[in-house]
Amino acid sequence: MFVLVEMVDTVRIPPWNFHRQLNEAVAEELNKKLANKVVYNVGLCICLYDITKLEDSYIFPGDGASHTKVHFRYVVFHPFLDEILIGKIKYCSQEGVYVTMGFFDDILIPPESLQQPAKFDEAEQVWLWEYETDEGAHDLYMDQGEEIRFRVTDEVFVDTSPTGPATAASDTAAQPGQSTAPPKEDGGEKKEAPYTLILVLLTDPRQQR
Amino acid sequence: MEVKNANAAMLSNYEVFKLLTDLKEQRKDSGKHKHSVGQQNLNTIMYEVRKRPLRFFVPVMFTHFQKHGHSLVCPSTQTLKYLSKMPCSRQSPEIVKEFLTTMVPHKLTKAEKLQLLNHRPLTAVEIQLLVEESEERLSEEQIEELIQTVTDVLPGDPEQENTAPADTEMDEGGEQS
Repeated sequence: MFVLVEMVDTVRIPPWNFHRQLNEAVAEELNKKLANKVVYNVGLCICLYDITKLEDSYIFPGDGASHTKVHFRYVVFHPFLDEILIGKIKYCSQEGVYVTMGFFDDILIPPESLQQPAKFDEAEQVWLWEYETDEGAHDLYMDQGEEIRFRVTDEVFVDTSPTGPATAASDTAAQPGQSTAPPKEDGGEKKEAPYTLILVLLTDPRQQR
Repeated sequence: MEVKNANAAMLSNYEVFKLLTDLKEQRKDSGKHKHSVGQQNLNTIMYEVRKRPLRFFVPVMFTHFQKHGHSLVCPSTQTLKYLSKMPCSRQSPEIVKEFLTTMVPHKLTKAEKLQLLNHRPLTAVEIQLLVEESEERLSEEQIEELIQTVTDVLPGDPEQENTAPADTEMDEGGEQS
């Protein structure tokens, strides 16, 4: 579920933090920059694991802050293909079942990957599995908040970095400090999650007991 | 920023859980004011959400984030909360080491051993899901043996196990007599 990613970055420490230990200041800056953010093709960054190397700090003309090149390792949420995970059902829609793990939300189970035969109940907005046994068909509902196990079949990374002004302008482009999902500037203002998991639902063994 | 190695090492849930709890303790001890905007994201992914119960607000709040891009709920908290419900919260370095040594004769891949450690499967069905081609690679006795090892070495949920001992004691009593 979690991997260690080795990264290199230049950390800027403002002068008012010079009284602090360099290690601490650097760790704080790195966490500020990366925690809870998705790095393209890497995963959702959770927290700093350790700092492996600190190079010399430099102060550049015009800026009072020090710049330090840091080699560090970060804990990243990045399940591998076919990994089994446990999560809760957030809600169901025509597109499939949306699952949440608490800290990570953009998990979708498309209808084809649900146990067949599966039907979508419009009235209750819930997917159900028509389970055939010798006694007859049972409808097993995928209720909200139910814990389920699923296998990762695919992951989608979307590059949500802002594009240039040539495309249609988006009103929300000016908002600073957006974390994981800045809007794609294609005029439609469609929000895309930078990291989505697509999965196959597994029979929950606990339900069978 | 440059990514030198996107897959330097795989971490078990236990290791991440330990890291987050240690970090949380450290922050509590240092006592600094952690509510600046910059710290919010780390707090978010680590710490406890105060006040509101999440259950009803989660679906609404997460769509809110998608619109506004900032976190009201803490993913860090969420990670810690999520991991504390998993078997990893009851593990320790010695247990993990013991588990890996007992797993050596079974010839499982690293990913499979990691998943067994994270999930603590109790039934043959779960083993079949976690281990690829388990029917070809493991015989039924081996699967049983695997379940037994997992149950013995990795500590389970104390609530669930309160119901089980009553049955096993009765069985043992029957065998002895």
